[in-house]
Amino acid sequence: MNYLPNIIFLIILAVGIGYFVNNIKKLRRNIKLGKDIDVSDNKPQRWKNMTRIALGQTKMVVRPVAGFLHIIVYVGFIIINIEVLEIIIDGIFGTHRIFAPLGTLYDFLIASFEILALLVIVAVILFWIRRNIIRLQRFIKPEMKGWPKKDGNLILYIELVLMLLFLTMNAADYQLQQLGAAHYTEAGSFPVSRFIAPIFEGLSLSTLIVVERTAWWLHITGILIFLNYLYFSKHLHILLAFPNTYFGKLGPKGKFKNLDAVTQEVKLMLDPSADPFAAPAEDAADPEKFGASDIMDLSWVQLLNAYTCTECGRCTSECPANQTGKKLSPRKIMMDTRDRIEEVGKNLDANKGKFEDDGKQLLDDYITREELWACTSCNACVEACPVSIDPLSIIMDMRQYLVMEQSAAPSDLNNMMTNIENNGAPWPFNQMDRLNWKEEL
Amino acid sequence: MAELFAAGQQPDVLFWVGCAGSFDDRAKKITKAFVKILNQANVSFAVLGTEESCTGDPAKRSGNEFLFQMQAMTNIEVMNGYEVKKIVTTCPHCFNTLKNEYPGLGGTYEVLHHTQFLKQLLEEGKISIEGGKFKGKRITFHDPCYLGRANGVYEAPRELIRKLDAELVEMKNCKKQGLCCGAGGGQMFKEPEKGDKDVNVERTEQALETQPEIIAAACPFCNTMMTDGVKSKEKEASVVVMDIAELIANAEDL
Ligand code: SF4
Ligand code: SF4
Repeated sequence: MNYLPNIIFLIILAVGIGYFVNNIKKLRRNIKLGKDIDVSDNKPQRWKNMTRIALGQTKMVVRPVAGFLHIIVYVGFIIINIEVLEIIIDGIFGTHRIFAPLGTLYDFLIASFEILALLVIVAVILFWIRRNIIRLQRFIKPEMKGWPKKDGNLILYIELVLMLLFLTMNAADYQLQQLGAAHYTEAGSFPVSRFIAPIFEGLSLSTLIVVERTAWWLHITGILIFLNYLYFSKHLHILLAFPNTYFGKLGPKGKFKNLDAVTQEVKLMLDPSADPFAAPAEDAADPEKFGASDIMDLSWVQLLNAYTCTECGRCTSECPANQTGKKLSPRKIMMDTRDRIEEVGKNLDANKGKFEDDGKQLLDDYITREELWACTSCNACVEACPVSIDPLSIIMDMRQYLVMEQSAAPSDLNNMMTNIENNGAPWPFNQMDRLNWKEEL
Repeated sequence: MAELFAAGQQPDVLFWVGCAGSFDDRAKKITKAFVKILNQANVSFAVLGTEESCTGDPAKRSGNEFLFQMQAMTNIEVMNGYEVKKIVTTCPHCFNTLKNEYPGLGGTYEVLHHTQFLKQLLEEGKISIEGGKFKGKRITFHDPCYLGRANGVYEAPRELIRKLDAELVEMKNCKKQGLCCGAGGGQMFKEPEKGDKDVNVERTEQALETQPEIIAAACPFCNTMMTDGVKSKEKEASVVVMDIAELIANAEDL
């Protein structure tokens, strides 16, 4: 017996999976660059969110057309993976259609894969048209120029090719079964590929086998390549949507976190018994930096958010600032964050795991102040995101840095804050006039 | 509040007026309308008066966590001193901050937005709303971000409008998808960034598309923004912006 194909298969599989594991390790390391944050609370609610939002796609269908097409591709990919399992077993042991003995169930499975594959092809073509012919607004914003646009299309091409290879493989197999070729026992039901099979009419057995084998090999290699493409693509969301919706923000959207470090200081300031001149305790840690100017100042959940972003632009299209022509785009906030994490990650790779200052940061080098100050904190982006990303929290953390570390708020806001400090209201009114309205009743 | 407390009395609810409601001429009208309803319904309430200070919301959303917490802790000290249990406010920003961000700093109260409170009064039969002059009027409701999306309150204001026998018409972006008026996050106090339009104008256009006679608001800042928007569209002769409290007080001729 010739074991060469099995060995080649094992090597391809090992390389593909090995490289993927490597990617995941890097991903973990990069996400952990973020600050620790306690998200161990309310597990039942978190599981519920994950099930509803990621598994159940509840947020996707808010936009029915895109939502429906997405569900087709999503279900298609999950289900067709059962086929990948068969391919892997066949590849390792040199069998052919190892699940065939399942009989009618097998027929049913193969038939449903084929129908799903066809639906996926249709959905992918429609997606492509939306991006490239109809040119939906949210896909042609400035931050989508270059790689993000290519990435979006590339994913569609890969999916299309994979589905076509799958159907070609089945069509050739079907034809071989009809011809009674050895090794190709009759198994499966081919509601879609039987219509492709006539193309192969008249081909010799050996040519048919070459076609079938080529499609088989390309299909599985393609899947492994796609798996490794994820790390470099917005398509990473197919994995990260699950943890991200799990760790997503709970509770009312209007509730912003209170900074504990500030609480300590404010308590000291307000406490009349505290000695303002007391020397700081010996073991006092370095004063904490307030807010965020770079990705290390964000929490790891915010970094996970960045890697999960699908670049769908639903957030941006709902953003009041973006709609009225301001530079701010919540999607860009997430994309910039991811780009900067990647840059820091590469820096770590190049310097044996130690970060060498590169003179850059997330603020200014990626996200400008103009963007940050345009936000109305309206939460429309958070509401719109189908995978529970919170761009607003990053904007707020960066504002905190600007105000508390740099005193760099726009002058109007500085006036407002001075007013609050001096007279307890954002306007220069006299605190003593607060009740004047009562006289007018 | 101080007077009642000194007399050993405890009101059922503290009315948190808010800075806009205290100082801004337009917003003061909302305050007065709400107080008239409270009096009409014989609600036992008090205000902090000169002891009230900004909740700190605009400072927090502008990034000044220090100032926010200073304000919060001072206010909490005052309110805890008076043993406040329940607060109602006409400002969704105050509502959000008091309800969500004060508990972490030691101030836990039952906090209601005035539309929720009015709805309760209605259910308890303490006030009755009859359409009166608003019967059949086309009213569209603008969801304040900090009431709607931020805290999931969409129905209370709408129910009150329906009770007026008015025709409630929705804008293309409403409830969860409601478009901001442009005031939040400190924007009220600064010039907008460069763009091709102001947010309040965009939102006003959406409101005007429904051909309303009244744009109902439930936030003093939204009110200002929408009023300015209507002016910029030169529609102030045919469309008025009114708070839900004003609608109810006016319907009752209070
Ligand atoms: S919260 Fe800020 S970034 Fe998000 S939609 Fe509103 S204005 Fe845009
Ligand atoms: S943040 Fe969410 S809504 Fe915005 S582009 Fe990313 S995935 Fe889409």
